[in-house]
Amino acid sequence: MPLLEARDVHGGYGGMNILNGINMTLEADEVGVIVGPNGAGKSTMLKAIFGLLLVNQGEILLRGEPIHNLPPNKLVQKGMGFVPQENNIFPSMTVKENLEMGAFLKPNSVKPMLKQVYEAFPPLYDKRHQRAGELSGGQRQMVAMGRALMAEPSVLLLDEPTAGLSPLYMNEIFARIREINAIGVGILMVEQNAKQALAIADKGFVLAAGQNRFTDTGASLLANPDVAKSFLGG
Amino acid sequence: MNEFMFFINNVLVAGSVSGSIYAIGAVGVTLVFSIMRFAHFAHADMMTFGAFMVLALTTAFPAAGAGFGMPTAVVMLPVAMALTALLAVGIDKAFYKPLRAHGVKPIVLVIGSLGVTLMLQGVIRLFAGTGGQNLYVDDRKEIFRMVLPLEGVRVPVVITEPQLYLFVLTLVSVVALHLFLNRSRLGKAMRAMSDNPELAQASGINTNTIVAVTWVIVGSLAAIAGTLLSLDVTFKPDLSFFLLLPIFAAAIVGGVGHPYGAIAGGFVVGFAETLAVFNWNVLLRPYRDSFPDWLELPSNLAFVGTEYKIVVPFFILVAILIWRPTGIFKGKVI
Repeated sequence: MPLLEARDVHGGYGGMNILNGINMTLEADEVGVIVGPNGAGKSTMLKAIFGLLLVNQGEILLRGEPIHNLPPNKLVQKGMGFVPQENNIFPSMTVKENLEMGAFLKPNSVKPMLKQVYEAFPPLYDKRHQRAGELSGGQRQMVAMGRALMAEPSVLLLDEPTAGLSPLYMNEIFARIREINAIGVGILMVEQNAKQALAIADKGFVLAAGQNRFTDTGASLLANPDVAKSFLGG
Repeated sequence: MNEFMFFINNVLVAGSVSGSIYAIGAVGVTLVFSIMRFAHFAHADMMTFGAFMVLALTTAFPAAGAGFGMPTAVVMLPVAMALTALLAVGIDKAFYKPLRAHGVKPIVLVIGSLGVTLMLQGVIRLFAGTGGQNLYVDDRKEIFRMVLPLEGVRVPVVITEPQLYLFVLTLVSVVALHLFLNRSRLGKAMRAMSDNPELAQASGINTNTIVAVTWVIVGSLAAIAGTLLSLDVTFKPDLSFFLLLPIFAAAIVGGVGHPYGAIAGGFVVGFAETLAVFNWNVLLRPYRDSFPDWLELPSNLAFVGTEYKIVVPFFILVAILIWRPTGIFKGKVI
């Protein structure tokens, strides 16, 4: 049974649909990347999975259990983590407090998880008493991912985790994402840096106009001349 | 020196008294703003409600305080705090929650809170009448006069019993709130929701719980501020309402949505008021002989007359909004 499955998902913010029948499957040991042009519905799809917008047709399953249109706090309880692209930290709270909030529903696992997150992101340990809003972009992204990991999710949704980061930080974040996946967290992320993201992806989903255009392994999509021509800038 | 004692009584003591009241009031206003993002105009009448509960309980059990060696009104305060917290949660459920559920703009909630304040005023007047009543029903209000052991000092520093309770309870409330917001899981969740409500929800924080917790704290603080104010003066149904402007000024001066800012803002407004109405001539009087003959000081050197005290917070408010709209502590711009 796949970890996460979307079947013919239609949805939007009320009014016109943005998603017009999207299918996806992700296994527990996979990193999946959603790419596509602006307005293709990439971030919208991620938000639909996390219960942030109305799914009015089709279904989304987490280990076979329907989860579409459940509120976000229920999804967190079911093992889903979400890192939004913007406003993904609590700026006036310290790094440590940010992480603690991630494990809000599991107060007993705060200590062991803090240790684990500090091991995954060593810079966060040094800055744990600093306000998260004072950190650099790359470190903020680490705080945001660390916060989501604190809840011990089985699947992590990342909305453009490398947006606005320097190439150095981008590679750092991608390396961390592979590490997180290696400890058993399924990853589904939206990326603008499509080539680099597909290079580390097990599976890629190319969306256009709210529908699937290509679905394949990351390597095959990179090698596919049609994909390269239309979506990866040649 | 006696002139200086006069200064202590009229500026330091009086400023600390109004500053404490404004500070506790402004913390309540700022907490509501930081969690629900609207200016809660019914806060002053929640204060009155708290004091009214103390009045009702003290009238019903006038001898209850004797066993504790405290005025009955102070002994009844925790009960009144609980009742006011209950009222605050109830008002939210009945009036504000349905509005939020419809996704209305904050201004609609502000207008709603004006309606709530009128309603509270009516209900309280219905039961308490419109006149003033002493919260010291069976007890005597102690007044402490301390003549400082300095040469030539005859004028005592005057502090009343309710003022001492006010200082102590202000300190206790501020420390308790600080510990709650920084050490407890729920307090941190409140700060998280104030910082970034969407992310708080995405972290599994139940926003309804946080809203309820906020109202419990806000109601309790309102009861403390209203009761101590009424103890110091007398209980009047419109007493707290007239503090609405200085309380909002304090919250904005400190930086809206910033509890420590609200405390600082409360004291800034409190001291600004007492300094503005203080007759500075009193302090200059001892040096009168050394002034040149042509200089005749007017007998009243206050910046504004006592009857115009209310313009002081108004002036501070306008000045802050023009020159530093985020307040001392960089709060959220309204």
